[in-house]
Amino acid sequence: MAFDTEPKRDFKVVGRRVARPDGIDKVTGRALYGADMSAPGMLMGAILRSPHAHAEIVSIDVTAAVALDGVKAVVTGADFADAMDAATADVRDNCLARGKVLYDGHAVAAVAAASGAIARAALDLIKVEYRVLPSVTDVDLAMRADAPVVQAGRAVEVVPVGLSENVTDHCEFGHGDPEAGFAAADLVIDRSFTTAATHQGYIEPHACLASMGPDGKADLWCTTQGQWAVRTACSAILGMRASQLRVTASEIGGGFGGKTTVFIEPVALALSRKAGRPVKIVMSRTEVFRATGPTVASSIDVKIGMTKEGRITAGTATLRYTGGAFPCGTVAMGAQAAFAAYDLAAVRTFGWNALTNRPKEAAYRAPGAPQAIYAVESVVDELCQKLALDPLEVRLLNAAREGTRSSYGPTFEAIGLEATLEAAKAHPHYAAPLAAGQGRGLSCGFWFNFGGNTSVSLTINTDGTVGITEGNPDIGGSRAAISQMAAEELGIPYEQVRTVIADTSSLGHNDVTDGSRVTFAVGLAVIKAARDAIAKMCARVARIWGIDPEAVEWVDGAARPTGPNAGTFPPMTLAEIAALSFKTGGPIAGHHESNADGAGVSFGVHLVDVEVDRETGATKVLRYTVFQDAGKAVQPDYVEGQMQGGAVQGIGWALNEEYIHDAEGHLLNPGFLDYRVPVASDLPPIEAVILEIPNPGHPYGVRGVGETPIVPPLAAIANAVSRAAGVRLTALPMSPPRVLKALTAQG
Amino acid sequence: MKTVPVSTTINGDAAEFICAPDETLLDVLRNRMGLTGAKEGCGTGDCGACSVTLDGRLVCSCLVLGVEAEGAEIATIEGLATGDGLHPLQQAFIDHAALQCGICTPGILVAAKALLDKNPDPSETELRYWLAGNLCRCTGYDKIIRAVQAAARQMRSA
Repeated sequence: MAFDTEPKRDFKVVGRRVARPDGIDKVTGRALYGADMSAPGMLMGAILRSPHAHAEIVSIDVTAAVALDGVKAVVTGADFADAMDAATADVRDNCLARGKVLYDGHAVAAVAAASGAIARAALDLIKVEYRVLPSVTDVDLAMRADAPVVQAGRAVEVVPVGLSENVTDHCEFGHGDPEAGFAAADLVIDRSFTTAATHQGYIEPHACLASMGPDGKADLWCTTQGQWAVRTACSAILGMRASQLRVTASEIGGGFGGKTTVFIEPVALALSRKAGRPVKIVMSRTEVFRATGPTVASSIDVKIGMTKEGRITAGTATLRYTGGAFPCGTVAMGAQAAFAAYDLAAVRTFGWNALTNRPKEAAYRAPGAPQAIYAVESVVDELCQKLALDPLEVRLLNAAREGTRSSYGPTFEAIGLEATLEAAKAHPHYAAPLAAGQGRGLSCGFWFNFGGNTSVSLTINTDGTVGITEGNPDIGGSRAAISQMAAEELGIPYEQVRTVIADTSSLGHNDVTDGSRVTFAVGLAVIKAARDAIAKMCARVARIWGIDPEAVEWVDGAARPTGPNAGTFPPMTLAEIAALSFKTGGPIAGHHESNADGAGVSFGVHLVDVEVDRETGATKVLRYTVFQDAGKAVQPDYVEGQMQGGAVQGIGWALNEEYIHDAEGHLLNPGFLDYRVPVASDLPPIEAVILEIPNPGHPYGVRGVGETPIVPPLAAIANAVSRAAGVRLTALPMSPPRVLKALTAQG
Repeated sequence: MKTVPVSTTINGDAAEFICAPDETLLDVLRNRMGLTGAKEGCGTGDCGACSVTLDGRLVCSCLVLGVEAEGAEIATIEGLATGDGLHPLQQAFIDHAALQCGICTPGILVAAKALLDKNPDPSETELRYWLAGNLCRCTGYDKIIRAVQAAARQMRSA
């Protein structure tokens, strides 16, 4: 799709900082999230979880639990359907284990009872006999031939024989001759890095309310990034037809990728089916950490060659990721993204995934990219340090631009990396003086972005207002952006549009809110739906005026005659057409359904100043500026919000956040006290600078913005710490004990 | 466990409830009083999503027992807006886009109001440390800080 042929627009609504339509509900406590819904006769569910990281389930005896007063149903993995594709079977077995438990916290059985207290008491009465097996949580150890095998027979065909059975996936990307490139370099640096698994850390735990009747029809209310994905997974796992299950997405209290799959929803449905009553399940924070999606943990080798002028001659990377106890393809995205910011003659990346006794990976904002780009950007920075080159100039010298053959294959269209780097260079932050003991770091970041399946309806109400029905949970203000694009296209005020998010029975399939896709793809669909409605309105007006539909054009919210033979008629506004609609053919609505492509990649550059406390090893972030290409910022407040929020998640990843396991694979820090996410007092203001290099794949030039901002902080902060403290850390997080150890070793 | 009758005031109205001796004030508010504006993000006092005030003091309602509310005045997010409009903090959060998903918003608004009641003109540092007990995972806090500062300015000039 090429929309760049469309005339450049003078936007009236798009680009304005409008109030979000769900704002009042969310500042008054009225908005209903996953745990806020109840139903008459509702039972409470609770889930029994494995105390072992790896064990065979010898037997499960639920007799005593079933006999407890107030218990209405007990289910295990045996209550789920058998036949389904491998990926869905993995989701099923993650919801309730079959045969083996694969990580500390893996769900084993569940109870529905008259109260939460009774349900939890019943869990203590379920007798599970385990045969404990050796476990492995480290990705490098898991790849060794002598490692405990988490699951056998899960490797894809391209994985060479002779490796541990934990190795499930292998991929390779790139072009050119890296060895020749390294030979032409003045300096080659080869480093190894590790990054800890981190959790998305949404403040709202998973929660759902399921109700299935004796006829097999069911309703499910849950907090999710995608109600259709929930329906697809749950109907397969329960052995239901999709039409029998209606899923309604609650307001969502954060997701960041972690709510793109199911955990408790099939369990609640199975309990409701058995008990014949509605069942609500709400996870505790401990359960969220132990059993829902952290991102991958990684071990990465990067080798880059550079001339003394700063030109990169070649780059290679080997990425070893673990997506936990089930096969995971995230490493392929890391291997593709690693060198995306650079225009390289020779580049090669290799990806490996290995099973470990960790929770099943769930997507986390730009999945796979932060780790890979952290390693690459750290080595680029070290080369700049050793060759005494300006790190920003080196990035500009090597920057990918329009026409660059990307490191993962495709040739880039119009991209904003160079403009973003130039903006960073021109910003006062880059030239601001630093005190002794302070350091400045920078990093580029990249994300592919995604379009995907989208279905929307747009109704012209008889009073001249407009209703939009779309299917993507609003995770950060998207209702506002969707309403703005509809108002822009129709030529009416923003306040006349109301956007609601529908359940699975009200629209065609919508992919989950992920891939930074909603403002791009739903926006595209809404613009097309508006054009569909405009065409219908013009046809109605043509009939009223007695002229050809082609002789009617739509300008500023009204139909007008156009062309030499159209005649002269006063414009008819949308409201006038709407009021007459019952007499001109009935209700008017526009629709659009498509599988959108053309999302347009997104680049960002982050600049950060830090100070390292040499006595405690603590790193303080002093100043932070984010530069990012948004294509077109529809509601700039919420674009800035994505840039600021992503940056701060990255700061947490860089400095504190990590899954810590003991030698037996138990998670030692399943709570916000010990898994420390950034708090307000940790942070300086986060300045966001939006660039707008239009995406040729969208009529208004929109690019997704949500994921890219989590990518650069890891290396930007590592590079700043290196310059502030004179030590380069190669393991994340750079928590105070690690920094202190490095400082002590430095002497 | 035998339930206990409790008499309190919630958002200015007399309120009576019964609860189990081990039931948290958060569970009472959400499950017995229908006030679901306070959220449970952790249940351990680490996230602040359940913030309410008890006799004017900011507390995590997940760390307070329902029975402790006997005779006390409780204020929740549901009582922040008066009949004729939003509280300046609420309006500022909308105007400054200080929320994304909104799950932490009720707790942060209650906490911010408790601060401004004591200190109408906090410095940015005071504000950031006061709100350090309220986790937000979406915004990076920047727009929250701007919104509270803007509301404080407006309240001082009112």
